[in-house]
Amino acid sequence: MRRWLAVLPVAAFILLAGYFGYALRPDHDPHELPSALLDREMPAFALPGLTAANLKGQVMLVNIFASWCAPCRVEHPLLMRLAKDEKAPLYGIAYKDKDADNARFLAELGNPFIGIGYDRDGRVGIDFGVYGVPETYLIDRDGRIRQRWVGPLTPARVTREVLPLLRQLQAK
Amino acid sequence: MFIETGHFALILALMVATAQAILPLVGAARRDAGLMGAGTSAAVIQFALVGLAMLALMNAYVTSDFSVINVIENSHTDKPLLYKITGVWGNHEGSMLLWVFMLALCGAAVAGFGRNLPPTLKARVLAVQGMIGLGFLAFILFTSNPFLRILPAAANGRGLNPVLQDPGLAFHPPFLYLGYVGFSVSFAFAVAALIEGRVDAAWARWVRPWALASWCALTIGIAMGSWWAYYTLGWGGWWFWDPVENASLMPWISGTALIHSAIVVEKRDTLKSWTVLLAIITFALSLTGTFLVRSGVLSSVHAFAVDPARGSFILGLLVLTIGGSLVLYAIRAPSLRGGGLFAPISREGALVLNNLLLTTAVATVFLGTLYPLFLDAVDGPKLSVGFPFYNATFTPVMVPVLLAMAVGPMLAWKRGDLLAALQRLWLAFAVAGAVVLVGLYVTQGGPMLAVLGLGLAAWTAMGVLVEWADRIRLFRLPIADSIRRAIQLPRAAHGMSLAHLGIAITAAGIAAQAWEVERIETLKPGDSLVVAAYTLRLDKITRVQGPNFIADDATITVLHNGVPEGALHPQRRFFALQKQTTGETAIRSGLLSDLYVALGDADPSGAWTVRAYWKPMVSWIWLGGLIMAAGGVVSLSDRRWRVGVAARLRMARA
Repeated sequence: MRRWLAVLPVAAFILLAGYFGYALRPDHDPHELPSALLDREMPAFALPGLTAANLKGQVMLVNIFASWCAPCRVEHPLLMRLAKDEKAPLYGIAYKDKDADNARFLAELGNPFIGIGYDRDGRVGIDFGVYGVPETYLIDRDGRIRQRWVGPLTPARVTREVLPLLRQLQAK
Repeated sequence: MFIETGHFALILALMVATAQAILPLVGAARRDAGLMGAGTSAAVIQFALVGLAMLALMNAYVTSDFSVINVIENSHTDKPLLYKITGVWGNHEGSMLLWVFMLALCGAAVAGFGRNLPPTLKARVLAVQGMIGLGFLAFILFTSNPFLRILPAAANGRGLNPVLQDPGLAFHPPFLYLGYVGFSVSFAFAVAALIEGRVDAAWARWVRPWALASWCALTIGIAMGSWWAYYTLGWGGWWFWDPVENASLMPWISGTALIHSAIVVEKRDTLKSWTVLLAIITFALSLTGTFLVRSGVLSSVHAFAVDPARGSFILGLLVLTIGGSLVLYAIRAPSLRGGGLFAPISREGALVLNNLLLTTAVATVFLGTLYPLFLDAVDGPKLSVGFPFYNATFTPVMVPVLLAMAVGPMLAWKRGDLLAALQRLWLAFAVAGAVVLVGLYVTQGGPMLAVLGLGLAAWTAMGVLVEWADRIRLFRLPIADSIRRAIQLPRAAHGMSLAHLGIAITAAGIAAQAWEVERIETLKPGDSLVVAAYTLRLDKITRVQGPNFIADDATITVLHNGVPEGALHPQRRFFALQKQTTGETAIRSGLLSDLYVALGDADPSGAWTVRAYWKPMVSWIWLGGLIMAAGGVVSLSDRRWRVGVAARLRMARA
C-alpha cells in the first residue's frame, strides 16, 4: 500500500475538523436561516402559472406553500389578512403539490395570491434553497431577495418585520 | 443522598477509566501480565460504577426528586411511570449518561467474553475503550452533569416534551446508542491491531461478532425511530433525511460495509488495511453523529441540546479519537501486507463491489448532510438538502447493491463464474420479470419506477431464496435430506439469507409507497371522505381526559364497499403543562396496506381537518428491518463463535 494513500484519510479528517471548528465560532447561529440568496437576484424560474421574468419591477412577497403542509394551514389566515387588509402583493409557489389538492386547499381556505406557480417536482424550491415549507421571500423592484422567513409567519413577525420592510421598499 | 452517590460513582468511573486507558497499554508494551490484567478489572468496575450512576438518576426520576435540576427540567409527578424512566434519556445530560453506560457495558463485555483473545490485544482493546470512556465521562462531568442540585427544591417539574412521551421513542435511543457505541469495540480492535502492527484472519474473526451485534442494535434502533416518526408525526412519512437520521444511517451503512469486508479478511486474509479503515470510519461516523446532534452545528428538527461549549468539547474528543487513530493508521497501514489474490469476478470481488457501493452511499449521505455546513463555511447561502437530492443520488447507488446482492453469494471464492451464477438465477429473473409485467398491467400509467423497484426487490428476494435452496439442495434431494442439510448449514449462512431477504422486503415496501393515496379534507361530524377503496365517516368528536393531557377523540368509521369495518380513533392531545398540542394518529395496520388517519385542527364552523392515507405495504419497511436484525442474530449464534467459548470452558475446567 502506498504511503500517501494511508495519509489521505487523516488529511481529509483535518480538513473536516477545521470546518467543524469554523462552524462552531461563537458569533454564529446555525438556526438563523435568513440569507439563502439574500440581496441576490431571485432565481429565474418559469413555472406553469408564474414566471420570474413577468414579476420584475414590483415589490412583492413570494410565499412557498403546499396543501400537505400543516404549518401552511396555520399560516393561511394570516396571508388572507395580509392580502385583504394590507393589500400586500402576494404571490404563491405551490411546492411539490398535486394541482387538485392545491385547488381544494385554496377553495377551502381562500386564495390570497395574485398569481400561483406550480412547482410540481420541487426544482424551483431547490433553486430558492427552500428549507421547509412554508417560507416567505420579500423581493424588491430589481428582483432581488431582500428577506426570507422560514416557517409560518406569525402576527408578531408580520407587524414587526414583514410589513415595515415591505412599506419601506414600496416607498423607495 | 442517592444522587450524590451517583455523582460520586461517576467521578470514580472517570478515575477508573483513566487507569483503564493507561495501565493495560503500559502492560502490553512491557509484556506485564499484571498490568494487562488490570484492564479487565477496570472495565468491569467502570461498568458497575456507571451502572450505579444510571440507577441513581433513574431513581431520582421515579421518585420525582425535584431538587435535581435535570429532573425538574424533564419530569413531572403526573407523568406515567414508563415515561419517568425513559425520561432519563429523553434529554441531553441523561442521554449522554446512557451513551457512557452503553460504552461501559461494551467494555465489560470485552473483558468478560474476551478470554480467548491474545492478552496484549485484549489489553490494548480495553485501553482504547478506556480512553473513549475517559473522554465522554469528562464531557458529562464538566459540561453536562445530570446530578446537579438546586436549592430550594421545585414543587413540580416541567415535564417531558409531549412528542417524546411514546413507547416507540422510549426504547429507540437505547438501541441506537448500543449500536453507535458498539462500534467502539470494532474501533478499539482496529486501533489495537494498528498498535500491534498485525491484522490477520483471527483478528477479523474476533471483530466480526462485535460489529455484527452493533449492527443489529443499530438496525433495530433505526427501524424503531422510523416507525415512531411514521405513526406520531401525522403525515405518514417514515424517513425525512433529517441530519439526525442521517447521523444514524451513515454508521449503519458503513457498518454494513465493515461486516462484509471483515469476511474477506477472515476467509482470504486480504483487504486488511481497508477493513481497519472501515472500522475507524464507522465509529468516526457514530461520533460525528453525536457531535452533529449535540453541537447544533446543523439545524435539525430534533436537535435538543444546542450549546457551543459542548460542541467544542465534543469536537475536541472527535479530533483526539478520530484524528489520533487516523494518524496511527497513516503510520502503520502501509506495513499491513495483503494476502490472497483474487479475480474481479469472485466472491471477494463481489464483496469489494459491495464495499465500493456502500462507501459511495455513505459519501452521498455525508455530503448531503454536511453540504449546507460547507457552503456556510465559505459564506455561501445557508440551505438544507432534502428529498430531491437523495432521490437523485442515494437511490441510484442502492439499485446496483440490490442487483448484485442476489449474484454475490453465488460466486466462488478466488475466481467465480458469473454466467453460471446468472444461469442458476433464472428463476429470480423469471419472477422479477413477472412482477414487473403484472405490476405494469395492474397499474397502467402508474409510476413506472416503482414497478421496476418492486421487480428489483423480487429479484433480490428470489436470488436469496434460490441460493438458500441451492445450498440445501431443496427439491433435488428428498425433503428429509434437505432438512438435514439445512440443519447442518452454518447458522451464518442462514443469517446472511435472512438479512438479505430483509433488505429485499424493505426495498419492496419503499417502492410501493409510490402508490400511496392521500386525502386531506375538512369534515363535520356525519361527513365522510374516500381514500383508495375505503370510505371514512367522521361520526363524532368527544373530549377525553388522559393522565397528563386532554384529548379530542374522533370516532371515524371505516367502510369498505359500504360495509362497516370498525372504527379508528385519532386524537389531538393538549398537554396543559407545556401548552403543546400533539396529534395521535390512528392506524389500521396490515401486511398488504395501512389505513392511516390523523386528526387536524377544528375551524370555527366546527369542521375538523382529517388527513387520511392509504399506504400499500408500508409495514414491510420495518418488517424488513426486523428480519435484517434477526438475520444478524442468527448469524451471531453461529457455531464458529460458540466453539471458542466451549473450548474456553473446557480449558477453565481442566
